[in-house]
Order: sequence, then C-alpha cells, then structure tokens
Amino acid sequence: MSALQASGRGAAALETAGAWLLALIWILPLAYALWAAIHPSAYSAHFVPSAPLTLENFARAWNAAPFARYFLNTFLLVTMILAAQLVLCTLAAYAFARFSFRGRDLAFVLVLLQLMIMPDVLIVENYRTMSALGIVDTIPAIGLPYMASAFGIFLLRQTFKSVPRELDEAARVEGAGPLAVLLKVYVPLAKPVYIAYGLVSVSYHWNNFLWPLIVTNSVNTRPLTVGLQIFASTDQGIDWSVITAATLMTSAPLLVAFLLFQRQFVQSFMRAGIR
Amino acid sequence: MHGLEPKTAAAVAPPPRLRFAAPIHGWLLLLPAAVLLATFTHYPAVATIVDSFYSTPKARRAAIFVGADNYQAMLGDPVFWRALSNNIVYAGCVIPLTIALALAMALWVNGKIAGRPLLRLSFFTPTVLPMIAVANIWLFFYAPGYGLLDQLLGLFGIPSHNWLGDQHTALICLIAVAVWKDAGFFMIFYLAALQQVSPQLAEAAAIEGASRWYFFRRVTFPLLMPTTLFVLVNAVINAFRLIDHIVVMTQGGPDNATALILFYIYEVGFKFWDTAYAATLTVVLLILLALLALGQFLILDRRIHYQ
Repeated sequence: MSALQASGRGAAALETAGAWLLALIWILPLAYALWAAIHPSAYSAHFVPSAPLTLENFARAWNAAPFARYFLNTFLLVTMILAAQLVLCTLAAYAFARFSFRGRDLAFVLVLLQLMIMPDVLIVENYRTMSALGIVDTIPAIGLPYMASAFGIFLLRQTFKSVPRELDEAARVEGAGPLAVLLKVYVPLAKPVYIAYGLVSVSYHWNNFLWPLIVTNSVNTRPLTVGLQIFASTDQGIDWSVITAATLMTSAPLLVAFLLFQRQFVQSFMRAGIR
Repeated sequence: MHGLEPKTAAAVAPPPRLRFAAPIHGWLLLLPAAVLLATFTHYPAVATIVDSFYSTPKARRAAIFVGADNYQAMLGDPVFWRALSNNIVYAGCVIPLTIALALAMALWVNGKIAGRPLLRLSFFTPTVLPMIAVANIWLFFYAPGYGLLDQLLGLFGIPSHNWLGDQHTALICLIAVAVWKDAGFFMIFYLAALQQVSPQLAEAAAIEGASRWYFFRRVTFPLLMPTTLFVLVNAVINAFRLIDHIVVMTQGGPDNATALILFYIYEVGFKFWDTAYAATLTVVLLILLALLALGQFLILDRRIHYQ
C-alpha cells in the first residue's frame, strides 16, 4: 500500500516537472527576447549573468524605422475595424435575433459562410477589388474585408436571443421604437459579450499580417506587423538585439494590457469561444 | 418618444410584438453588413471560380476564356503538389499535437499543481503575441551554430545543424512554432469546459478505486467532446489560414519544403502576378475548406441549433 502511494507520489512529481518544463519552453521565446533586448549585441547569443544592462537597443530600433507612424497606423486600423464591427454586427445580429422577414434563414447561412471562407484566403480577388475601388495602400482597404464579421454577428445574435422577451416588450409598451429598444435593452445587457468580442478583435487585428502586407506599400499605411517585418528582414541583417527590441516594442501594448487584465482576457476568450 | 399614447393603445390592441416585425426593418438592419459581406466574401469567392477559367490579363491583352487550362497546368505543377502534401503533413501534425497539449495544459492548470497562475500565464502568453514578432524570435532559436537550439544541443555534444535550411527539418521547425502559438489559446476552452465538470464525479471515481487515467478516459474526455470538436474546427482552419511564420522564417524554402497552399497562392498572386493561376489555386483551397465545413456541419449539427 505504501509502495503504491510512493509510486503515485513519484508519478505526480514527474507530472509536475513535466508541466513546468513545458511552461518553461512556452515562455522561453519571450524570455530570450527580453534578454537580448536589454543587453548589448555582443551578449545576444552569449548568456552570462555578468552581461551589462542597456536600453540602447530600444533607442536604436525606434530610430531605425518610423515606428511612431506604424503605431499610429495600427491604432487607427484596430479602432476603425472595431467601431465598424460593433455597429454592423449589432444591427445585423438584432435583425437575425428579433425580426422575421423573408429569406432570413438563407441570409444567416450566407453570413455563416464567412466563418469558413475567411477574408485571409480571398487575397487575390480582394486585392483586385481594392484596386478597382482605387484604395490600395490605404488604411480602410486593410480593414474593409473584416468589418462585417460573421463571428461577431453570430456571437451577438446568440446573446440577443437570450434576452427575455418581457424586457423587450416592456420597452415597447413604453413607446420605444426598434432602434431605441436595441440601444436601451439589448446593448446594455450584452456588455460582457461586447468586451469579450472587442478584446478578441483588437488582438486579432493588432497581430494580423498577410493581408496588410499585400495591400499596403508605404510608411503612411503600414501597420506595426508589416513595419516590423520589413525592418527585421531588410535593415538589420542579423542584429538580434535590435530585432528583439523592436519585437518587444510592437507587442508591448497588447502584452502589458494582457498582464494587467489577465483574468478579463482569459474570461473574454472563453466567452467568445463558447457559443 | 411619444409618452403615453402607445401605452393606452397597448391596453386595447393585441401585444405589440407584431408591430415592428415589418420585414423592411429586418432587411434595413441587415443591409450594411450584407453589402460588405457580399463585396468582400461572396463576390470574391465567386469571382475566384470564374477567374480560374480565364487567362491572366496582361498589359496589352485582356483575359481570355481558357477553359480548364489553368487546372491542367496545376495538375502538372510539382510545386502545387508539394504545397498540398506539405499542408497535409503540416495540418496532420499541428492539429493533434496542439489539441493534445492544450488538453494536458488545461488539466494541469485546473488541478492542484504547484504554481498554477504562473503556468497558466506562461501557456497563454503566446496567444497575445503577434505571430510575426515571435517568428523573428524563433528564427534566432533555429539559427545554425549560435542559435539557442544548437547551443543547448551542443551541451550534449550534438553538432550544429541548419534547422531551417535543411529540407528534412524545416517543416518540423514551423510545425513546432504553430503548436507553440496555439496550444495555450485552445487550453482556455478546455479550461472553461473542465470547470463545468462536477467534482463529485472525481470523488465517486476515487471511492470506486478508479485510476486517474481510467477516469480521464472514461469520464473527463467524453465530457469534453463538444469542446474538442470546437477546438478541432478552429485548429483545422488555422492550419490552412495562418502562414505569417512562413513568410518570416523560410519564404517557403528550402526548395519549397515549407510552402503551404496559401503561401503558394501568395507567391503566385503577388510575386509572379499570375492572378489567374492564383485564383485556380484558391479554388482548391476553397474546396478543401468547404469539405471541412461540411464535415463540421455534419458533426456539430447535433450540438449547435441554428434557430
């Protein structure tokens, strides 16, 4: 019996060690980026505790490329996309959840189609559309394919459907029109879902790369991800210190927000996932 | 809003439910989203199919109908077959590995393991970092000679190796990055599901003398099945959609060993500017995604109720 317990305890210790080893591997890239960014280049692949500290890599990275402009572009991009998504998805979800009209079910299936055929895959034709519209290399061109989000419509529709009819009817008895009911009853009740969706959307578009890479070609429109890639691949050769400093800089806002609001982030991702 | 009038009306009239069920309202609410969806999802999907039957328009010659020529060229294109088989190998490795690790992580973090918050933080962090940024860091890990992997293996006397420059290891390196990026993300969904599992089940099983593995196999895992399906769908989509790390780390090389379908589409469409052939390749990707969607629909049909 005691032998069995001991072997059980041994297995548990082994499992704990395994979990910690995995966690170590998972945090290693970030840990390395921190190491290389705050030490002189000579120590970027040379790990000794006596290495001197420096912030010079950040200054060099910041001055080597127009990162301020890239930050502004990304900020404009994610704000524009999120604002448009919130309005468009709210209206569409309201229509699907509370109105009956001919062709609604077909329209809903057509919306859901976007969950599988994402804009990320339709790059060739969407580029053609953007050039036909004459808006290649503008920030709206990066955002437009993502603004009507099937995921957002689906998520909000589920939420709106769970709102008790009585609340809706009470507001209407008070004389509120369809839009007033939406704003006074549905939107406030869906607040946690909006926060969850907002976090998911912002982190997705902050990190999005391929479509912005294709549709932008100037400093004034490039978001951070594209700017970072051009910076890392052409300008720097293999100066890891500067590259990691730039990498940390571009990820910093999301990373800091995540560390501060870890619980909300995790809960939001959970909420957005359970549908 | 008009104050009292509708209230008195409601007292005599039937409940106001029907009053603004006017079809036009529904369509008006839907209109802005519908226009954008039609322009950037439905139209391009159809246009892709149409364009795949035409030649690429050149400066002095408009596109002409070429029938199945593009498809025939595709069938004879070794790079296409390479990208397709790469993508199948890639998906076949990334999907099960990511799901298994995500499940293990969730079980650990949900259990009584020491240092739980730190573990959770570490597992989830890759999710919030841009793929493009972490790919640059992984590039250093794989660098031959002084890279971290070679330094670590060097401690055991294993000679240095050009991990991304070798056809046999490059795809494996990218698979590792993809697994690392998504496992923590999927862990969250398992964690949410595990928190719904009643602890009484585990207590009852312990009284019955069931081993942990037996309990996991017969109780926990079946209970997590809906989550596994959800995670599976997302993992499948990501395996065909995300190529950021390939752009950064290998550009599809060496010798197309790491070209995935979407990367090849990107290369053909925006480096060689052969848009008709890129459209043809996109059709293949769309068919793949449609088949997967169909599978998802058939499997998940019992769980999600569309209305």
